[in-house]
Amino acid sequence: MRNSTVPPSIGFLERAALRHPMRAHILALLALILIAAIVAIAFAVLIFARPSSAAEPEKPAIARQAKPVLAGSIEKGKKLFTSYGCYECHGRAAQGGIGPRLGPDPLPLAFIEKYVRHPSGQMPPYTAKTVSDQDLTDIYAFLKSLPESPKAKDIPILDE
Amino acid sequence: MARKKISVDRRSFLKNATVGAAALVATPVATAEAVANPHPAAAPRNASAPLPPVPRRGEAQLATVPATPDLTANIITVDHPGSDFMVDAFKAVGFEYLCSNPGNSFRSLHESFINYGGNKNPEFITCCHEESAVGMAHGYFKIEGKPLMVCVHGTVGVQHASMAIYDAFCDRVPIVVVLGNFGDAQTRASFVNWTHSAQDPAALIRDFVKWDDQPVTLQGFAESVMRAYKTAMTPPYMPVALVCDTDLQEFPIPNDPTLRVPPVTVDRPPQGDSGSVQQAAQWLVAAENPVIVADRAARTPGGLALMIELAETLQAAVVDRNGRMNFPTRHPLNQSERGGAVVGDADVILGLELTDFYGIVNAYYGDIYPRTRSLAKSGVKLISINSNDLYLKSNYQDFQRYQSVDLAMAADAEATLPSLIEAARKLITADRKRAYQDRGSKLAAAHQRTLAENRDLAANGWDASPISTARLSAELWNQIRNEDWSLVSNCQFVNRWPLRLWDFDKYYHYIGGEGGYGVGYGAPASVGAALANRKYGRFTVSIQNDGDLMFAPGVLWTAAHSKIPLLIVMHNNRAYHQEVMEVQRMADVHERGITRAWIGTTLIDPPIDYGKLAQSMGMHGSAPISDPKDLAPALREAMAVVKSGEPALVNVLTQPR
Repeated sequence: MRNSTVPPSIGFLERAALRHPMRAHILALLALILIAAIVAIAFAVLIFARPSSAAEPEKPAIARQAKPVLAGSIEKGKKLFTSYGCYECHGRAAQGGIGPRLGPDPLPLAFIEKYVRHPSGQMPPYTAKTVSDQDLTDIYAFLKSLPESPKAKDIPILDE
Repeated sequence: MARKKISVDRRSFLKNATVGAAALVATPVATAEAVANPHPAAAPRNASAPLPPVPRRGEAQLATVPATPDLTANIITVDHPGSDFMVDAFKAVGFEYLCSNPGNSFRSLHESFINYGGNKNPEFITCCHEESAVGMAHGYFKIEGKPLMVCVHGTVGVQHASMAIYDAFCDRVPIVVVLGNFGDAQTRASFVNWTHSAQDPAALIRDFVKWDDQPVTLQGFAESVMRAYKTAMTPPYMPVALVCDTDLQEFPIPNDPTLRVPPVTVDRPPQGDSGSVQQAAQWLVAAENPVIVADRAARTPGGLALMIELAETLQAAVVDRNGRMNFPTRHPLNQSERGGAVVGDADVILGLELTDFYGIVNAYYGDIYPRTRSLAKSGVKLISINSNDLYLKSNYQDFQRYQSVDLAMAADAEATLPSLIEAARKLITADRKRAYQDRGSKLAAAHQRTLAENRDLAANGWDASPISTARLSAELWNQIRNEDWSLVSNCQFVNRWPLRLWDFDKYYHYIGGEGGYGVGYGAPASVGAALANRKYGRFTVSIQNDGDLMFAPGVLWTAAHSKIPLLIVMHNNRAYHQEVMEVQRMADVHERGITRAWIGTTLIDPPIDYGKLAQSMGMHGSAPISDPKDLAPALREAMAVVKSGEPALVNVLTQPR
């Protein structure tokens, strides 16, 4: 039971709903309408949108969607890992720092690419303009090439 | 305190400070009145007459009245300057050391400390920068639990000192800062003294000291010394400032039999009221997943013991924010390394002396337009015991974002813990005890899993060069673990590895961080903490950031000069890496390329040889170490030096974090 004599620890919207019980339902209804409208607009854009530049030849839909499979260069990836400052958070051996460990045995490239473009945590977003798909592929090749680290149990001063 | 012998009457002395000597020269015969009162009031000055030569302060004001005064002499001496009385007042409080860079606005006080006071309690510690002096006092307090005093010029000195005072303010550390000042324009005897004078010297730091005063009499000064100490040492602890006027220091102690140094009385820390304590105990005892979050909860070693007692009584998870050494790192209930998980599961959270309760139960995300999301589940009860609620300043925003709580006690956490523990014990039934045992077992298992995970993570990049911060921390721990050690540097900059791997269980094992994240704190605070540890024979070690040391490396000389045993292990990552990341973050967001973030943020060209820097200050300094295999031998060599009573530095080339 919350002690009514002390300030409740609740957010602003929750407070508003408490003051006006019907407001919560109204807010929920409005939110549903808004989501439906966004979905409808997005669908319309996908169906009806056309390239804005007449000079750009229309490409087959399949060509726009398919992503070429790129080959990664370990050497380039190693240089990019440094010059792009990945090591700042992830360590020079990708061992992890204030950012998570990236290698060896990295997560799938598709996952990494998705996260790099649209991170959800403290990591800043790296758009394709900043780090190209080829760059990412090269960095990924470097991460995959990293040797396994020893296990803690095999390191006497870590194995207490 | 009345003096036995008074050479010069102060009232007369004041009136004659600038023109008296010349006036006396013009008096050919000493009258009986002049002998009895050698400094009669000066005659009104004739504006058209040439000004009498004004002696330098060192000649005229440090003058004395001989038994048979030679009234033609400019030079007189003072047997008992006011600064002697000031030393009596400071000694009555009991400062072990005085950290200072010398300045003539407190020269008389300086002289009184080293001669009249015998340079003992306090002993003068020579510092090369006012920021170092305050930083040393900051670190000293967190080991010793007693404040030091620091003397600075009231102008340029306090400007140098200001960042360090701000750090101490944010870190709730008491320091008595004495600001020398030439208050009276008539007695400023040089161009420099004018530039080193201010109407209100403490104005510069008033926003981040708890109290300041500018006494104009010795009696007022003595009482202000006591008030300063009492105020600084009443939670929430904070720095205080006293302006010390040069005339008050240098003129004789007045012949006033009522002059006395009053005893100091320190307030008992305020406790939470009994009703609130009872309510908090009820919620904690009834909770399924109570969590105790502590930041500066343990003010003393006794506070650490009380934290353990409370946690074990409730079998509650503890998240240590490490502002102080609040809880042993290897205690099974310590869940600091999985704080987000336990906060997310909590139904009651007890926050003890938290700087940022909002940041405990919310997470920020997003770069340009940061937003927050709640980490705590709906319905969680929040209890706060926080002395910071008793004293808030306006300008600087270190108080963090406002967090509503269900029960707030504006009180000292450590002082409140005994009654909270007692109240909880009375409420715990046999059923609850059984539930607690189950909860405690689960928390202990989670603690062990987390420790094992951290060891596995530390193994990653084990042989990398530059050396990983995990390897650095593990190698250092392996060397010091059998010593009576004390780590006196902030672990945040080495990714908390010591806190994740080492066994901290004594109060002096850790002292937290800067408070205000002001870079330049680390080196002097570690030297000050080592100074406090010296008399206990503890082995003091710091992991020293390179950028931090470069702010005021002269503190290495102070460590060598004062023979302060301290092992300094350089975290030489050759950059202000937090700022590298911040600039890179902006480059990402602005999409203008991310390969130039090193400009303005790195210390690489030329490389800084910290070993040679240490050697130049008269202490041991190692060659740069980049191969992890070379680290252990270098540490052992430096430790032998430290055990002989001297500081030593090991220069380790490290990875960013």
